[in-house]
Amino acid sequence: MTFITLQSLEKSFGATPVVRTFDLTLEKGEFVSLLGPSGCGKTTVLRMVAGFETPDQGDIVIAGESVLKKRPNQRRIGMVFQSYALFPNLTVAGNVAFGLRVAGMDRAGISRRVDDMLAMVGLSGLHGRFPWQLSGGQQQRVALARAIAPRPQVLLLDEPLSALDAKIRVSLRTEIRAIQRELGITTLFVTHDQEEALSMSDRIVVMNGGRAEQIGTPQQVYDRPATRFVAGFIGTLNLIEGQVSRQAGTASILSAAGDLPLPSDSAATGKVTVAIRPQAMSPCAPDQGNLRGTLRQIEFLGAFTRLHVTCAETTVQADCFARDLPPGLSLNQTIGLRVAAEDCVVMSG
Amino acid sequence: MNLHRVTSWIAFALAAVYFLLPLVATLEFSLRARRGVYSLDAYRNVLSDPQFHQTLGYSLILSLATVVLGVLIVAPTAFWVRLKLPRLRPVVEFITLLPLVIPPIVIVFGYIRLFNTSSVLPLTGSAGGTDFLLAAGYATLSLPYMYRAIDTGLRAIDIRSLTEAAQSLGAGWTLILARVILPNITVAILSGAFLTFAIVIGEYVLAALLNRPAFGPYMVWMGGNRAYEPAALAVVAFGLTWAAMAVVQTLAGRAKHLNTSR
Ligand SMILES: Nc1ncnc2c1ncn2[C@@H]1O[C@H](COP(=O)(O)OP(=O)(O)O)[C@@H](O)[C@H]1O
Ligand SMILES: [Mg+2]
Repeated sequence: MTFITLQSLEKSFGATPVVRTFDLTLEKGEFVSLLGPSGCGKTTVLRMVAGFETPDQGDIVIAGESVLKKRPNQRRIGMVFQSYALFPNLTVAGNVAFGLRVAGMDRAGISRRVDDMLAMVGLSGLHGRFPWQLSGGQQQRVALARAIAPRPQVLLLDEPLSALDAKIRVSLRTEIRAIQRELGITTLFVTHDQEEALSMSDRIVVMNGGRAEQIGTPQQVYDRPATRFVAGFIGTLNLIEGQVSRQAGTASILSAAGDLPLPSDSAATGKVTVAIRPQAMSPCAPDQGNLRGTLRQIEFLGAFTRLHVTCAETTVQADCFARDLPPGLSLNQTIGLRVAAEDCVVMSG
Repeated sequence: MNLHRVTSWIAFALAAVYFLLPLVATLEFSLRARRGVYSLDAYRNVLSDPQFHQTLGYSLILSLATVVLGVLIVAPTAFWVRLKLPRLRPVVEFITLLPLVIPPIVIVFGYIRLFNTSSVLPLTGSAGGTDFLLAAGYATLSLPYMYRAIDTGLRAIDIRSLTEAAQSLGAGWTLILARVILPNITVAILSGAFLTFAIVIGEYVLAALLNRPAFGPYMVWMGGNRAYEPAALAVVAFGLTWAAMAVVQTLAGRAKHLNTSR
């Protein structure tokens, strides 16, 4: 069931278009991430949903009702900011209770709900602390508790983890997702961190220059990037240029480094760029591989080993587990790299 | 280098003498009410004068009203300008400086012309109305200080995020100002308030021309009619003003400490 519809949103600041024909629908209870480089318009989309910016064009529908005419304080939206934005004059409990007081809840109800919320974010017993007495991670938990306490229809998070240490960032993202699942609250999450988006989301919107370049599950945007931008932005990727050749029923891509198989469902012709994940390339004997090149570097990265291989002009990366490495590899020897047709993502141009 | 130090010290000493000498002379003179010996007679006379208490009380109440009026005008304005109209800030800042350039006498004659007994809004016709005019005039005079104090306070907090957080939690503008903005700039408001207090206690022109029984006109009247008591009064008024300044300094220091510990 569609819960939120963003319909052809457009927004310019002065003459600069910041969001262009942006379409997105969210199912009830879905967790969707807006992922893209800094300045691509993610925050602006979020702020339009919250009501802090007015779109120049388009509509925003929540629960079957356009919210464009509603002021931010009438939209029942919970918001979490990168800077926490806790009220410095209020205690932890006072912050969490703020929305409940505004809504006119009675004292007993407020106290019960504040307890529940603080327990949920793992801060039971910190009621009386002030924000400046808390660590960054704790402050962001309070901000999350404050946002969800009044039972909003939608939760918006704008890079909530970006200001935190790496360790806390990872543990808190698991927690945020668990809480979101438990409450079943429809959530829009903004981040520029692909790992965050891939690990947390039901679906990801990859944004570039104010547009949605691709909308899909983490698996889809990772394995099947729709555009060169998406391919380059998410994960490490090898890009190889070549020419499609179709002869006697077999199709392949001819490149300076060797011939690559063309996926059977591809209708590409002419000059193309092929994107291949490092883990889709496996090292082999020089005459057995699709590509051939010189081994320049062997990088041990713990869980796997990364080989840097110079094929013709470009250097590609191949990841493999230690046990899959051909025995007796040495630097500057010529090796082959095998690639399956389904791992070649063909993009025109 | 050494010479430089010596000249600095001489300059400082000269300035100190220039500043302190009249004070010391006033203090010394105020103690000479009794012939031949130093005594506190002048102070006793001043402090036992019912008029002293009445005028000081009146001025204190009026300074309180002025602070309330000033905060009600300045806080929402400074907040709104910072939040929505940052480009207008220099303009607003300039306007708040005008009372330093335009003499109070201009303001008070303006008031008397606009609100006299034969005008549409005859505020000068009643004591309460005139008190209100006086508070409004004082609020204008203290505008440069009040605005700067509050604006500095607003700069120290992230008003944009705090406002948006409060809005998303359902709060309207009045609630945001009362529960989120004002409580977080209390130190700034207090320092503005004590500056206002210092101005109101000593102000003469507005109170005299509006003919209200304030402390400033009382001091001037004393000066024209007594010998030693005006000196004692000047020392008392000076002490009050300095106490207000000391409070401002302490508050400012505390605010700095709070901000760094954040
Ligand atoms: N209020 C504003 N006025 C003018 N330009 C703005 C404003 N807000 C954002 N921008 C510009 O819009 C672009 C997109 O901003 P934003 O949505 O914050 O990007 P992101 O969150 O993806 O980093 C940026 O170039 C930014 O400078
Ligand atoms: Mg942003």
